This record gives sequence, structure tokens and C-alpha cells, in this order.
Amino acid sequence: MRLEPRESPGLGLRFAAPASAIVVALLLAAIPLAFAGAPLATAYAAMFDGALGSVFALTETLTRATPLILTGLAVTAAFRAKLWNIGAEGQLYAGALAAVVIASHAWSSSPFVMIPSMMVAGAAAGAVLLLIPTLLKTRLGVDEVVTTLLLNFVMLLFVSMMVEGPLQDPMSMGWPQSEPIVDEAVLPELVPRTRLHAGLIIALVAAVLLSLLINRTRWGLEMRAVGANADAARFAGMKIGRVMVFTAIISGGLAGLAGVSEVAGVRGYVTLDLSPGYGYAGIVVAMLAQLSALGVVVSAIFIAAVFVGADSMGRAMGVSSYLADLIVALSLLTMLVAGLVARYRIRWA
Amino acid sequence: MGEVIDILLAVSFWVAAVRIATPLIFGTLGELICERAGVLNLGIEGIFTVGAMSGWMAVYQGMGLWGGVLVAVGVGMGFGLIHAGFTVGLGVSQHVTGIGITLLASSAAYFTYRTVLPDVTSPPRIEPFEPIAIPLLSDIPLIGPALFHQTALTYLAFVSVIVTAWVLYRTPLGLAVRAVGENPAAAEAQGISVVAVRTGAVAVGSGFMALGGAFLTMSAFNAFFFEMVGGRGWICIALVVFASWQPAKALLGAFLFGAFDAFQVRLQQSIGAAIPYQVFLMLPYLLSILALILVSRRAAYPRALMVPYRKGER
Repeated sequence: MRLEPRESPGLGLRFAAPASAIVVALLLAAIPLAFAGAPLATAYAAMFDGALGSVFALTETLTRATPLILTGLAVTAAFRAKLWNIGAEGQLYAGALAAVVIASHAWSSSPFVMIPSMMVAGAAAGAVLLLIPTLLKTRLGVDEVVTTLLLNFVMLLFVSMMVEGPLQDPMSMGWPQSEPIVDEAVLPELVPRTRLHAGLIIALVAAVLLSLLINRTRWGLEMRAVGANADAARFAGMKIGRVMVFTAIISGGLAGLAGVSEVAGVRGYVTLDLSPGYGYAGIVVAMLAQLSALGVVVSAIFIAAVFVGADSMGRAMGVSSYLADLIVALSLLTMLVAGLVARYRIRWA
Repeated sequence: MGEVIDILLAVSFWVAAVRIATPLIFGTLGELICERAGVLNLGIEGIFTVGAMSGWMAVYQGMGLWGGVLVAVGVGMGFGLIHAGFTVGLGVSQHVTGIGITLLASSAAYFTYRTVLPDVTSPPRIEPFEPIAIPLLSDIPLIGPALFHQTALTYLAFVSVIVTAWVLYRTPLGLAVRAVGENPAAAEAQGISVVAVRTGAVAVGSGFMALGGAFLTMSAFNAFFFEMVGGRGWICIALVVFASWQPAKALLGAFLFGAFDAFQVRLQQSIGAAIPYQVFLMLPYLLSILALILVSRRAAYPRALMVPYRKGER
């Protein structure tokens, strides 16, 4: 068996690859479903219905998709430059904390001041958290995979310290929960009486901007060049360190925004269960989208649908909601195979 | 200062240090074997989790303790084979596959646990491995109880280090493992199957990782908790770099780490609430990062680490 690179994978293949990966992952989910003793046809129907079957279900899916778009974009930006940022989870929490610090005390009564300053602070916090491992990589050669992973644990403990300490809500009666943000900082609802909020607009704008940045600017060209071949990029006169720092600011900033959006759009405060692994799921989102910023929107909605659908099916049929995490993990692995098939022609010789 | 000396002279401190080190010894050895063959295995965190769950579950369902250990190792090797199939067989990204294995293995563990035990609120316990005192040696002050009054799995960890070092440096198999991790094309020219050796190394290494997980539920905590692995897998990856990919140094690194961790817990108790407890809990992770920084300048990575090998391709 030999693998020959395709000249350029056609548009059809670029869509067929993730679609078939998703179908295979969903089919493989029949194994855990059968193990849990759920009737398969009913379970799949309940999942579909729970994720997309009503206006309410759709808004729930889009609400879940919002942080996933942002973390997916964060991973896309980083992986394009081969900066292995596995720390979007920690950066999300950094952004969420910064949002609460900025917005828990009213210093302006205008949402037009509060919301942008929250976003800037959150993005900056996420960026700083990623800059630490990035500078360790570019200056000292420390592998960023392990450091970004370890910093997730450090950050979560820092959040725990803050919500039990200086940022704790005095009204929470000892519960580890931060002060709430003021009303002026809350993102407006998009559909009345649902949880869908303007964070989705922020995420969509971010996707368009990142797509333009990567595909239409010199900075994006340098990110892609460093990702494709760092030695060639250096030979072409690019400053690898600077490109990495720029990438880290974009990537960490986007993950930080995910935290801002969750605090200002959904929760109103920070707790230790703010994110059920949005940072890690962002990796799956980005890979399903083949590191295309606009594709991230589609794959984030799919992953969100899996989470919402599996949750609602699980509640109805007594299947553990970890089924969603299983499907998400499976789709990452099936996507790796599908991506290979899309990029190479298999010759049986 | 007096407190520090009190801590260091207490037998319980040294016993705890070795107990904390044991899963790290297994995990670091496992990752070291994979990386020596040229494959980064980021599945380690998930394989720890699934090893912890499956070993415990087997015993909880009525198997013997050693039966449970075998189940854990088998499950770990199974996930290792998936990792190898992707990274060695297909040659896709080792980073992304590893994260995928971690997500898959840990969610499989959690899903199985919740499905088998849907209603339990407090984790059920099993009868764990008991400490065994080795005659004479365990009577040595301080070091005796620490090294020679531990459970069977800790002794297994010590033996594993010796066996791994011996295989790696003294046998043709070990030479083959190191060769495919340094220069796979040259190894292939010598008639070594790169795919077979790398696949085998990843499977065996993953088996060790699962053992590390099994130690947590079958020797240390006696029960399975969600999030119980808590980054131990990632710490092992840092320890491999710290150990320069050498089994003996891996043992030393795990001991140092265990001693530090046991020390910070005791320091936390004697300092009390002056410093938030989270600061102490952060220390192991920060120490791992510091260890990486200290050795990164002279880190001699296996040269073919993370480079997929396809026959006949340059």
C-alpha cells in the first residue's frame, strides 16, 4: 500500500471528509449505546430531536456552539502556525475571570463601554496566559504541548482560589462562586426567552475576521508559512519568534473571549464548572474544520448539537451524558483518517 | 526550619513520597518506551484514567487483584494499539491523535463507570493491595519502610525500571527500539520492521501507563473518582524530558517529584490557612514546568520523535 499526495483536494472532498467522519463517529456510538441498553433507533431519534427538533433546541445548540466557535478558532489560529496550544481551556477561564474583575462593579452605566472593555480584558488575559508557554518555547526551547496542558490545571486552581477568596460573591453563602457582573455588562438575548445571546454574533464576526487575517494578510501568510515549514520561513527572512508571539496573542485572545462570552452571555458569574471542556473540544472543532476559520462555525454547531442532543436523549433514556464526549472524541479520530484520505490517494501495489 | 526538619525525619513522609512516585514511575517508563521508539503518546492521561477505572471495576465485579491489574494493562495496550495504528500505521499527527486518545479513553472510562453504577453517590471501595514488609531491609531506618514496606505494585514498579533499562540497553530488541526512534530508515535497512517495533513499543508503553492508573485505584485510593488522575499523565511527559529518556533517571525524577509533593502537603498542614491551599496544589504543575525549563537547553530528544515513517519515503 502506498500513499500518493493529491495535487489539490477538490471542494467536494473537503466537505465529504468531515461529513463521513461524523457519520462514522455517530455509527460507532451505537456500541456504547447498546452497552447502556438503549434502543438504538429511538436513541438516535431522541438525540436529533433534542439538538435540532424545535426552535428551543436550536437556540440551545447555538448557545453551546458559541464558546466552541471561539475555542475552535483559537486552536485553528495556533495550529496553522504549528503552535500546539492545548491550553484553550485555561485561557477560557483566564478570560472569564478578567470579565468578572472588569464587570462586577459598575464604573460606567453604558453597555457600549462595559461590553467592549470586558472583551478587551478577557482577550488580553487569555493572550497573556498563552504568551508564557510561547515565550518559553521561542526563547528557551521548552515544548509548549506539556506547558499549555499543565497551565490548564494551574489556571483552574487559580480560579478556585479567586472564587473562594477575593472574588467570592458575599451573597453566595460560602459557595465557590464569583460576584455577578452588573446588568450593563450582560450580553443581550438574541431570541426572547431563550439562552441564545449576542456572544454568537461576536463569535461569527471573529470567524470572518480570522479567516480574512489568515488568508488575506501578510501576518496570516507568515503564520501559514511558519506552520508549513519553519526552516523555509526563517530562510525567507521571517522572524519565527515574532510570528509565534503574534499567533499566541490571537489564539489566546480568542479563547479568552470564549470565557467572556460564557460569563456575560450565559452565567453572569464564574464557577469552577463554567466550561465542560470547551477548550479541549475546540481541538476537535478545529480539526473537523480542517483548520479553516469559516469551517469552524459549521463544525462547532455540529459538536454543540452532539452535546445538546446527547444530554437531552440521556435524560430521557437514562444514558450517561459522557456519551457526548465519546462521540466528540471518536469524531476527532475518524476525522484524522478522513483527512488522510482527502489528502492522499491510496495505491494498492 | 524546625518544621522542615521534623517533616524530613518522619517515616510517614518518606513512605508517602514513594507512594506518590509509584504511578509516576509507571507512567514515565511507559512514555519513555513510546518516545524512545519515536512516538509521542499524549494519550497517557486518558490511558491512566481508563487503567484506573478498568482495574478497579474488574476487582469490584469479583475478580482478584492481579486479575484486575491484567485487565487494566490489557485495556491500556488496546488504546495503545489504536494510537499506534493511527500514528505508526497511517502516520497522522501524533499530537492530535494523542489528544484524541486521551479524550476517547477518559470518556470511555467515565461512560462505563456511570453506566455500570448509575446511582452511586459515594464511590464504592475495594479491598486494595496490602503493604508487604520485606524482611531485614524494611528495618533500615527511614529508607527501610519507605522502599521496602510498600504494596506489590510499588515493587513491580522498581522491577519494571530495571527490566526496561536492561531490555533497552542490553538486548537486540532494545537496540531495535532505540534505532527506530533515532534513524528509522537505517533500522529498516538492517532488516528491522519499523512499523512492528514502533507499534509494539507504543502498546507496551501504554500498558505501563494503565498500570500507573491501576495503582491509583487498587493501591492508593481504593476507589475510582472522576478527574482523579489530575494531570499525572502530563507530569510524566515532563518527567521523561527531565530524565533525558533514561529509565534510571526517570526513577530518580519520579522520586524527587514524590518527595516534593509529599513535602508540600505536610508544609501546607503546618503553615495552615496563611496561604490558600490552592497555591500548594499548583506547586506540582509549576514544578513540572520548571523542570522542563531547566533541562530544555540540553534536552536530547530521540531524533525521529514525532516524525512519521513511511517506507521508501524521504
